[in-house]
Amino acid sequence: MKELSYVRTEMLPEQAPPPGQTGVVRWIRENLFSGWLNSILTLAAIAAVYFALKAIIPWAFDSTWNANSLSECRETAPGACWAVIHERWPQLLFGFYPNGNDGHPDQRWRIVVAFILLIVAVAPVLFDKLPRKMIWFSAVYPFVGFWLLWGGTIWGPLMVLAGFVLAYFTYRIVAAIGGNLLGVIVAILVPVIWWLFLAGPITGVLNGIANIGLPDVPSSKFGGLALSVTIGVAGIALSFPLGVLLALGRQSNLFIIKTLSVGYIEFIRGVPLITLLFVASVLLNYFMPPGTSFDIILRVVIMVTLFAAAYMAEVIRGGLAALPRGQYEAADALGLDYWKANRLVIMPQALKISIPGIVGTFIGLFKDTTLVSIIGLMDPLALTNAIRADQDWNGIVWELYLFVAFLFWIFTFSMSRYSMYLEHKLHTGH
Amino acid sequence: MKNTVLFGTVAAASLAAGLASAGTLDDVKAKGELACGVSTGLVGFAAPDANGNWEGFDVSVCRAVAAAVLGDANAVKFVPTTGKTRFTALASGEVDMLARNTTWTFSRDVDLKFTFVGVNYYDGQGFMVPKELGVSSAKELDGATVCIQTGTTTELNLADFFRSNGMSYEPVPIETNAEAQQQFLSGACDVFTTDASGLAATRATFENADDYVLLPEIISKEPLGPLVRQGDEQWGDIVRWTLNALISAEELGITSANIEEMSAGTNNPEINRILGTEGDLGGMFGLDKEWAKRAIAANGNYGEIFEKNIGENTAIGLARGLNAQWKQGGLIYSPPFR
Repeated sequence: MKELSYVRTEMLPEQAPPPGQTGVVRWIRENLFSGWLNSILTLAAIAAVYFALKAIIPWAFDSTWNANSLSECRETAPGACWAVIHERWPQLLFGFYPNGNDGHPDQRWRIVVAFILLIVAVAPVLFDKLPRKMIWFSAVYPFVGFWLLWGGTIWGPLMVLAGFVLAYFTYRIVAAIGGNLLGVIVAILVPVIWWLFLAGPITGVLNGIANIGLPDVPSSKFGGLALSVTIGVAGIALSFPLGVLLALGRQSNLFIIKTLSVGYIEFIRGVPLITLLFVASVLLNYFMPPGTSFDIILRVVIMVTLFAAAYMAEVIRGGLAALPRGQYEAADALGLDYWKANRLVIMPQALKISIPGIVGTFIGLFKDTTLVSIIGLMDPLALTNAIRADQDWNGIVWELYLFVAFLFWIFTFSMSRYSMYLEHKLHTGH
Repeated sequence: MKNTVLFGTVAAASLAAGLASAGTLDDVKAKGELACGVSTGLVGFAAPDANGNWEGFDVSVCRAVAAAVLGDANAVKFVPTTGKTRFTALASGEVDMLARNTTWTFSRDVDLKFTFVGVNYYDGQGFMVPKELGVSSAKELDGATVCIQTGTTTELNLADFFRSNGMSYEPVPIETNAEAQQQFLSGACDVFTTDASGLAATRATFENADDYVLLPEIISKEPLGPLVRQGDEQWGDIVRWTLNALISAEELGITSANIEEMSAGTNNPEINRILGTEGDLGGMFGLDKEWAKRAIAANGNYGEIFEKNIGENTAIGLARGLNAQWKQGGLIYSPPFR
């Protein structure tokens, strides 16, 4: 047996890996310079970023915020002319809403208040940690928001709200006596009669007693981001429930409901939104008697809602289809009726699956509101054109578009972050 | 927003029931404001300022009519219309008149059932090229790439012009004027063509405006003017003669500065008739005696409106040219007030 000359008896202490195999250096080697092709691509990308920044940064920062016209800007600084944003940002946000410059008092606070209240109203829908009672405010918000934005007497929206309250109590009473179907029918008839024949005169009487109200602001004064948000929020809020109903209708066993839902969804999805907007702005005018002023924003909101609802229905149907058949059967086995099964078992799961699609549709809808510029509504994009039509600012392009893009980015980015948060929270996993 | 839907429906229903087809004049007086269709933004002709007040050459016509009819130049509801929505807006009654750079053509007048009440600006299609191209006439543009707005009469005029001169061109289709400026400046096209007033306005925004020239050829007639619906002659007359009053005021030397002085009475009977100190022209179409005085006082006479919005002292810097008074060799001409 050979005699061993050396045997280590103790463990060596761990040593740090060589410098090239740790931390940043290793990451760079593995990810950016792992082969000759990647190295070339990395260098090319660095060069591209460098040249882009070299052009953009001096333009963006060697700029002026104080000037009265484009030519003044050009004299002051070679870069961007942010002065146009400085002068016009209130217009890009609030449109033509009364701003106190025509002798009437400034009304723009109403948009700000309506927007803050919107956040309060939306919060309990978005975050379940907030007190549940807040949902009552969310239910009332459409009336508050409408009153703040369009003004007029407070009794009008209150009377409309009263119609819904009336419908609820009628349903409770009649359903208890005459059964569910009769309850539904009467609960629809009573508020319609109320709105058509009683709400108007009573509003007049109440107005005579206590004339509480805000100055009227007609729809023609709406513009800028406020218009986009109004159309977007109304469209989102209305298209979601409609979309759920359409998705259920398409899954329904009842032939007529199914056919109608499929027909509606396929028809709307086969027509571009611009066509619908033109119908809203142009064709409806021909159908109405001459001189009728059917509010243009209302027309657009209806069309945007109808459009988004069809897409929403398909997204939700995807969620419904993804649910295993066992879930439906389990709900039936528990003895739940159709609506309860959907509300308690099916929809919570189907909607969870469809969150990315739903939020995607919302973001699309919000961005689609810029299409209203084609029918002459002054959304931020149309305003950029109107601002360029001012002799002082003719020729300014990038600054205005960047600002509008930034405004939209704030909204769409928040929406997409919220959807990620929601997915994460609802991820119960298997 | 549920109530919005309801309110609109109720409002629509009640309006539909309550509206008899009274004349436009009565409607406007009842509403207390004139709904005037304007462009969504066209340099010098219609643009909102930072406070949201509309200004411009076409806007002034709206204000003059409002002043004549309602006594308040600010009693105007400006309805921005696009090239696609303007005619429907007028035909459906959404607006009472249209002052939106609209070319008076046969088919619009006859087929679309509108009445053009006159011409407030004689335009024509022109060409702009970079000076370094060394072109001095549109006839030398054979084989050029041309930036052209799609779906407009300019597109058709261009095709006609090149065909009749036996030349070829390559169109670069663009959607908006702003896009055209960018394309033209970046050299994507050799030539930019649109109405001459638009070319001048565009050129005025260039950092190096002297590097670009407008070619002398004007290849089309574009008489732009206000229009109303056919069938309401009284209203058409009011808009027509308001425009004529502005034109006559310049011819006769009535300005916003001296109108008070002149309305005390002058030796010129026509001035007296316009300003209402003699006769009662306004009464013939349902207005008071001082209708024209108010219309002129609102923005000044035709020449003043021109100088303020698009004249040589503005950034656009248009010369009067065809739009000079007939006595100065232009085409601006009003029938007599008698």
